[in-house]
Amino acid sequence: MLGSGVREAAAALRLGQLTPTELCQKSLSLIKETSFLNAYITVTEELALKQAAEADKRFQQGKPLGVLDGIPIAIKDNFSTKNIETTCASKMLKGYIPPYNATVVQRLFDQGAVLMGKTNLDEFAMGSGSTDGIFGPVRNPWSYSKQYREKRKHACPDGDENSDWLITGGSSGGSAASVSAGTCYVALGSDTGGSTRNPASHCGIVGLKPTYGLVSRHGLIPLVNSMDVPGILTKCVDDAATVLGVLAGHDPQDSTTIQDHFQPFTLPDVIDVTKLCVGIPKEYHAPGLSSEILALWSKAADLLENAGAKVVEVSMPNTCYSIVCYHVLCTAEVASNMARFDGLEYGHRADVKDSTEAMYSATRREGFNDVVRGRILSGNFFLLKQNYEKYFLKAQKVRRLIADDFVNVFRSGVDVLLTPTTLGDAAPYLEFIQEDNRTRSAQEDVFTQCANMAGVPAVTVPAGLSSRGLPLGLQFIGQAFCEQQLLSVAKWFEKQTDFCLLACHENGHIVKQQKITWSLRHGDLRAHLTSHQFIYIYALYAV
Amino acid sequence: MMVARILTSQPKNQIGMWVQKAVTRCWRRAEVRRLLSSQSKVPQSPTWSIDADADPQEGGVSAEVIDHLERLALVDFRNQEGVERLARAIQFASQLHNVNTEGVQPLASVLEDRALYMRGDSVADGKCTELILANAKTVVEEYFVAPPGNIPLPPHQENLSQQ
Repeated sequence: MLGSGVREAAAALRLGQLTPTELCQKSLSLIKETSFLNAYITVTEELALKQAAEADKRFQQGKPLGVLDGIPIAIKDNFSTKNIETTCASKMLKGYIPPYNATVVQRLFDQGAVLMGKTNLDEFAMGSGSTDGIFGPVRNPWSYSKQYREKRKHACPDGDENSDWLITGGSSGGSAASVSAGTCYVALGSDTGGSTRNPASHCGIVGLKPTYGLVSRHGLIPLVNSMDVPGILTKCVDDAATVLGVLAGHDPQDSTTIQDHFQPFTLPDVIDVTKLCVGIPKEYHAPGLSSEILALWSKAADLLENAGAKVVEVSMPNTCYSIVCYHVLCTAEVASNMARFDGLEYGHRADVKDSTEAMYSATRREGFNDVVRGRILSGNFFLLKQNYEKYFLKAQKVRRLIADDFVNVFRSGVDVLLTPTTLGDAAPYLEFIQEDNRTRSAQEDVFTQCANMAGVPAVTVPAGLSSRGLPLGLQFIGQAFCEQQLLSVAKWFEKQTDFCLLACHENGHIVKQQKITWSLRHGDLRAHLTSHQFIYIYALYAV
Repeated sequence: MMVARILTSQPKNQIGMWVQKAVTRCWRRAEVRRLLSSQSKVPQSPTWSIDADADPQEGGVSAEVIDHLERLALVDFRNQEGVERLARAIQFASQLHNVNTEGVQPLASVLEDRALYMRGDSVADGKCTELILANAKTVVEEYFVAPPGNIPLPPHQENLSQQ
């Protein structure tokens, strides 16, 4: 059951095939079995069981709250959760207990969703690997698929299995891993420059970044106020639409949410793409794009064309400067946002009593990692009086050019854009950490941050497997507030590719609830496969 | 092989298998067509290159600026590597100077054309002093406690020696 989507699980709960508590317990035991992935910072076992018991009662009375009632979810640890530690994977917020729920968290709770835990990330969501948080890196569940293992063994027989694992991408890597491994159905991430779509793509799941202003940021610990949006990670496009229906809409606590009424929608099963115009922005063939993704991208374009859609090459000439522009605007807003962490009201406080300034300075030195401090310092540099116009205002002007590129292509009659999500498949951890965080972010976010600059919605859909047996995603970018159209195209594409999620089997058969059978030996964080237990990915793509 | 095994264990999915096959056929056909035609709408080679000729002079940061930044940001560079990281960040950012932004207005928010929501000027919550103080390390009664104020940080060199 944990291998299926929200709709199937909700139907099973309604038919009484299982209870929310049973589902919750399965999820909890799976979280324990896969703890070596390091996807969760906090597992909220007690709360989950309590919420599940309440859902049990509602189902007994035949009055479930909504489609998410009794469904296990996970939340990135940069969303405030009442009475549950919220750390942002930073020493600065270790032990911080928010006194309120983020609006998106509250809306999920109001629907009866069962919170399994808070997921791991890069410190303050600054990164693209989920490797730079105080709780250590997140491991990509696909590292342990039989398919990848066998190919890897063949490629380098001397490889050390213990250190040979892949990054999840980031910064919402814990959320992506939790959904991918099947420990929950839905996870919330945040998306400032691609932090939801990047790990979704590397972990073979769906990642949606809604339009800026559609979903409340109240309670999301801010990174870049003008670009942050809560992101949705699910196993399929339908589920993303369902969750969006629950989260979207005006929030009086967030003045940047628009006041237009949002009508939740479901996606049709039969989707007509013949009236659709799909743009292929040529600048998205960036240097470093892997040949596999290029082939997949071409194939997807042809597929749409063969199905009757109009596919046109378009130009968005400022794309190549987008990542540079993002870098300046991001660090500048980070410099200002991180000013709130001073040790006085909450979070870490250094034991320095000489002066307020000395205490601030020591607190921040101890509380932030190199990446965060680096971004604060660069941001302050770009904001210096003598640099403000040269860098900050210049970047804001370039941002307008980038946003105008989107306005222009959509005005020319294009409905959605089809692009890659990442340059390649997930990198092995040891390879990924050879470069610094900024360089990696510039590579990993190259196709994703443009949508944040322009505020438009974008979704990554698993599209196939690389030669190493790892998931590859493609991205659709839509017009602002046109999520229904965007997700309809995404669903159509999802059906064509028929990529299958990571699912695990025992003895080559589906275990009743598609239980992942990873066993741990001596707690050495190694996925150990016994002769009776196999992990298979049924990646049916191009069987 | 796996497909067959999965589907036979779940007979109701027989239809699923046909759909599966059709879909796979469809996907394959697209591939064959793509191989046959060289008319793909996706450009087959990169359309831009990484700007390698960024001005190496750009990254230079004087000792005064370093000191000033540390005071403003209230974090320190810690070591030479931190300073170099800033230099590389500045070099990277300098690529922006290649863009012509003559007459372009800065874009601060993508919602610039909309009026932001303003709530009524009335108290909607409160009475949560204890909750708010609960996360502070040091409090006295209903106050956050800070060490003595208005004492400037010691000069940079002393700062370094303290560490």
